[in-house]
Amino acid sequence: MFAVENLNVYYGESHILHNLQLTLGAHETLAIMGRNGMGKSTLLKALIAMIPAKTGSIQLDGRELAPLKSYARVAAGLGYVPQGRMIFPYLTVLENILSGMDSATNSVVPEYIYETFPVLWDMRARRGGNLSGGQQQQLAIARALVSEPRVLILDEPTEGIQPSIIKEIARSLNTLKKERNFSLIVSEQVLSFTLDIADRFLIIEKGRFVHEAVREYVDADKMMGYLTI
Amino acid sequence: MSVDMLLSQIFNGLSLFTILALMAIGLAIVFGLMGVINMAHGELMAMGAYMTYLTSVIFSRWLPGVMGASFLVGIVVAFLTTAAFGLLLETVMIRHLYKRPLDTLLATWGVSLILQQVFRQVFGPINVSVPTASWLQGAWSPMPGLDLPLARVFIIALTLAVALGVYLFLFKSRWGLRIRSVMQNRAMAGAAGINTARVDAVTFAVGCGLAGVAGSALTMIASTGPATGQQYIVDAFIVVVFGGVESLIGTFVSAFMIGQMQSLFEMPFSGSMAKAAILLLVIVALYFRPSGLFSIKVRR
Repeated sequence: MFAVENLNVYYGESHILHNLQLTLGAHETLAIMGRNGMGKSTLLKALIAMIPAKTGSIQLDGRELAPLKSYARVAAGLGYVPQGRMIFPYLTVLENILSGMDSATNSVVPEYIYETFPVLWDMRARRGGNLSGGQQQQLAIARALVSEPRVLILDEPTEGIQPSIIKEIARSLNTLKKERNFSLIVSEQVLSFTLDIADRFLIIEKGRFVHEAVREYVDADKMMGYLTI
Repeated sequence: MSVDMLLSQIFNGLSLFTILALMAIGLAIVFGLMGVINMAHGELMAMGAYMTYLTSVIFSRWLPGVMGASFLVGIVVAFLTTAAFGLLLETVMIRHLYKRPLDTLLATWGVSLILQQVFRQVFGPINVSVPTASWLQGAWSPMPGLDLPLARVFIIALTLAVALGVYLFLFKSRWGLRIRSVMQNRAMAGAAGINTARVDAVTFAVGCGLAGVAGSALTMIASTGPATGQQYIVDAFIVVVFGGVESLIGTFVSAFMIGQMQSLFEMPFSGSMAKAAILLLVIVALYFRPSGLFSIKVRR
């Protein structure tokens, strides 16, 4: 369904991502894990065209996305929740959600958004910049969901979020994935969170995938070895 | 100093405020929201004024029966022409210079010089005037001894209407939401599904169109020459910076304050001294409030 081949990304002369390949099936959740600076965020930004890839193919349902700009990739079926949320601080919560609906088929915020994240309804008139970190994360997920993605990409969604909210986000994502019919790619350093949501794990080190595991056969100690310094 | 004289001077300040506000609102969008230093904004205002003049010439020659409508048509023509020119300028030049403010400044300054020369070639070096429509001639006397020219009253109403229109466009329309999203975080707006290049082009065009409307309004209180834009560009930048570059309300309040200060300071001082005093006050104000009068504090 979703496939990446020979993805190479450079920052200037520095070769950051080396011939990365990955596939993602329908309704599957793939966790990209690794320590800071290993290339997780760079990979996800390259998928949504926030940074350019030098070479590589990105296909969704057979359609080549590599030549497309960010907005066209969203229209094609990718949704993106960035590291640090990047909500629009001066827009209200409602406006932040609406900003994700440019490529959506309807122009009204779907009810399931507020059912899943009730706090967004309560705070719909507040500026996004005045929300707490956990509330902003829910808002960033809602903004990506309203574009009706086939593949939802989340970059370190637990960063700076308190544990109770992390559990809530994991629950919401598992429910939404089934109900809304999308696949997930999530980059993370927190193993407990990914064990709650992921079907498959890829470990990235220095821009290369070095280990792969499916949920049923995950060796937690080995995974922790890759994640700790 | 009599009350009549003071009220008259306040009204003069209001007239100056309208021109500053109309010009600065366009600049607030182009500079404040997009971060583009458009040194040709003054010439776009002059272009709007010339379009209004051209419309009045066409009406007087071929449609003298409806000459009264020429100014209203002129405003629309001025907006459309300058907006179309802005769209062309953004597509051909500005979009290739984003994130290069100094290059943008130099390039748009070059455009301003070219436009001045074009105005000189087409309309001549002598200032031109737009005849005041019959329904805008005369004065309104709210109290004995105080006569307010109808043309200036109309411009004040036009400014308020434009400000309302800009507010509705930016804060109540889908395009406004796109513009505000892109201006707050361009990369994220794209990743949220917004076509940022198209938004940039529309935003710049609207900002330029508003400069054209300012030019139309200017024809009601002054004549237009090739260098008319130069007289207002610095003031317009001061208004936007003083008000707070990301705040349209700030721009409006700032235009009001500077217009009134200019007018009131001109009573005891000369025009030049009044301008110097305003600059000094703005510098002191910016020392204590570097983000301008209106800045919003949020968690980014």
